[in-house]
Amino acid sequence: MRKVAVIGVGCIKVGEHWKKSLRDLCFEAFKNALNDAGIESQMIDGLYIGNMSSGYYQRQEHLGSLVADSLGLIGVPAVKIESACSSAGFTFKEAVQAVASGMHEIVAAIGVEKMTEVKTPDATSALVMAADHDYEAEFGVTFVGLNALIKRRYMHDYNVKDEDIAYFSVHCHKYGANNPHAQYPFPIKLETVMKSPIVADPIRLFECAGIGDGAAVAILCPLEKARELIDEDRIVEVAGVGAATDTIRLADHDSLTSFKATILATKRAVSSAKITLKDIDLVEVHDAFSITGIISLEDMGFYKPGQAAKAAVEGELEKDGKLPTNMSGGLKSRGHPVGATGIYQIIEVVQQLRGEFGKNQVEDAQIGAAQNIGGVGGSVTVTILRRFR
Amino acid sequence: MPSGIIGYGAYIPMYRIRASEIAKMWGKSPEAVPIKEKAVAGPDEDVATIAVEASLNALARAGIDPSEIGAVHVGTESKPYAVKSTGITVAEAIGASRMITCADYELACKAGTEALQTCLSHVESGFAKYGLAIGVDTAQGRPGDELEYTAASGGAAFIVGLDNLLAVCEGRCSWSSDTPDFWRREGQKYPVHAGRFTGAPAYFKHIINAAKALMEKLNFKPEDFTYAVFHQPNTKFPIKVAQILGFNMKQIEPGLLSPIIGNCYAGSSLLGLAAVLDVAKPDDRILVVSYGSGSGSDAFSFKVTELIEEKRDKAPLVKHYIERKVYIDYATYAKFRGKINLG
Repeated sequence: MRKVAVIGVGCIKVGEHWKKSLRDLCFEAFKNALNDAGIESQMIDGLYIGNMSSGYYQRQEHLGSLVADSLGLIGVPAVKIESACSSAGFTFKEAVQAVASGMHEIVAAIGVEKMTEVKTPDATSALVMAADHDYEAEFGVTFVGLNALIKRRYMHDYNVKDEDIAYFSVHCHKYGANNPHAQYPFPIKLETVMKSPIVADPIRLFECAGIGDGAAVAILCPLEKARELIDEDRIVEVAGVGAATDTIRLADHDSLTSFKATILATKRAVSSAKITLKDIDLVEVHDAFSITGIISLEDMGFYKPGQAAKAAVEGELEKDGKLPTNMSGGLKSRGHPVGATGIYQIIEVVQQLRGEFGKNQVEDAQIGAAQNIGGVGGSVTVTILRRFR
Repeated sequence: MPSGIIGYGAYIPMYRIRASEIAKMWGKSPEAVPIKEKAVAGPDEDVATIAVEASLNALARAGIDPSEIGAVHVGTESKPYAVKSTGITVAEAIGASRMITCADYELACKAGTEALQTCLSHVESGFAKYGLAIGVDTAQGRPGDELEYTAASGGAAFIVGLDNLLAVCEGRCSWSSDTPDFWRREGQKYPVHAGRFTGAPAYFKHIINAAKALMEKLNFKPEDFTYAVFHQPNTKFPIKVAQILGFNMKQIEPGLLSPIIGNCYAGSSLLGLAAVLDVAKPDDRILVVSYGSGSGSDAFSFKVTELIEEKRDKAPLVKHYIERKVYIDYATYAKFRGKINLG
């Protein structure tokens, strides 16, 4: 297996792109990534496109052909990868495998989702397809409803206060305020979160990632080739990728307050990167809801069960804290264009390792991790990236 | 010779339903509602009766012989008849001339200001001595839909002419584009809307462009206006658009009625104008900008004259109708608004 590097990244600001189609979103992000890498598009010989619901939102499937055409890359093999909210994490994994195996030389891992073409209730219907239709969605539960069960159980089992969980949103917005690609780039107060309307008790509106459009692209090639193509200071190595699944049904999980797939994916990623958790300088976790961000930090092994909310409140997740977390603003503030989110996270880690993350730059970041969850923990990827020099 | 308003009148039905009562019905958070309460037409009220009430109030202030009115235009999207003029019914009821031009207008929530544009043009051209423009609706919101919280009933009427003006129209302009943010197809009972698409690319874009175009045309700045009235689909939008354009709360508060009566659609911005005229002083300048989905905005600049003082109290103030209220529960509301399917 060859070592793989990320040589270029690009995205668009997450938001309501009323005047742009799914093709336009991909094109813009791809153009930005090409410029970042400083290579010609014709050098790309493989495309992987992460997306969850284009069939529902745009009545459009077959994104492989559509996106290759839109990028002027007709003839290049291209395929859509779907794994609910972790579509982009799995897309990156497929792209890494393609390069590592020697099958492809330079590939683009693209994540894209255009959610604002439908009304909120229809988006809710699309999102609940990440849950088990026959045993969950059919009975009327929404995706927020499933996560509300998790939060309630977590509060009960670990005696954690509602506002300590809600604080995770405040933390994310503090950093998202400095992210030029964030959908909601402004700080919020805990009081705002606590006074926001209940969406599914006990989850409030300001604890939920919003609905938005986005596209993000990472360009990968063999590490040796990267040294020929770009300045060594800008090379970021893919140190390890781990992925795992769990039952799609929340009720069949071993625990309501822990995602087994995150535990497994983290172990696999850390093992393949030949590092320990202590070597990780910063992390982007999948905070689709404030509670999801908190249990992700615990499942990855950074905190014991029931301890991560307190860590956030006590400042351990700050830029100069023990474990800088979601310096991008996370899903809550940067936004969560579902099938694109995993690549946004990877871009943010890459930029941190290059020292290009502006006000939220973590000092001397060498290794970073991104965790991307599909559904309520039914599938998870953990990607570990390392600064080459 | 400039045209303007010689009489104005409002009418708001007395029934109110609290937004929290609607939220309770649909299991929604009472904190998440877009307004406090809305006005509901009673079982014996419709667009024609509301238009007549408002017109009689306008006539009282205008102090003219109704037979001198040569144009009646009603802007509404809730006509009692799909085919049969509401304007003619109103004209007949108030005793307007038989020699009138009359039409009902539809451009969603800006149909009322569209009627006003036309009537001002009629009197300016000499086609009619006086024109009666009415914006009125008994707005429909599908049960459970976001619109149900705000879709309200009410209207305002304006008699325009060239003399005895209580407010001079200093200028007006429109800004439109084919923007599908809200519609009701033939045969459908309730309109459909495109959620958040009704915001930035629809309401805000059109109002901002129309307001800026008018201010540029007249060389006015926000601080040149004593008051500003923007279309009021909820509480948040008119406040936000005012902030974007550089107006303060003091300028918009007197005309901001949506929190307490809801969105009266074609009557919305015109009721706001009526409420401002109720408190305005001579030489005050008022900006009015409507918004109708589909989409377009009409912007007007009015300058109040000294005649406001003597005409104002010849008819009930908007405040009178706002304070005259009877709360109803959801079941009564459903009955009044024909939401109960009797099979």
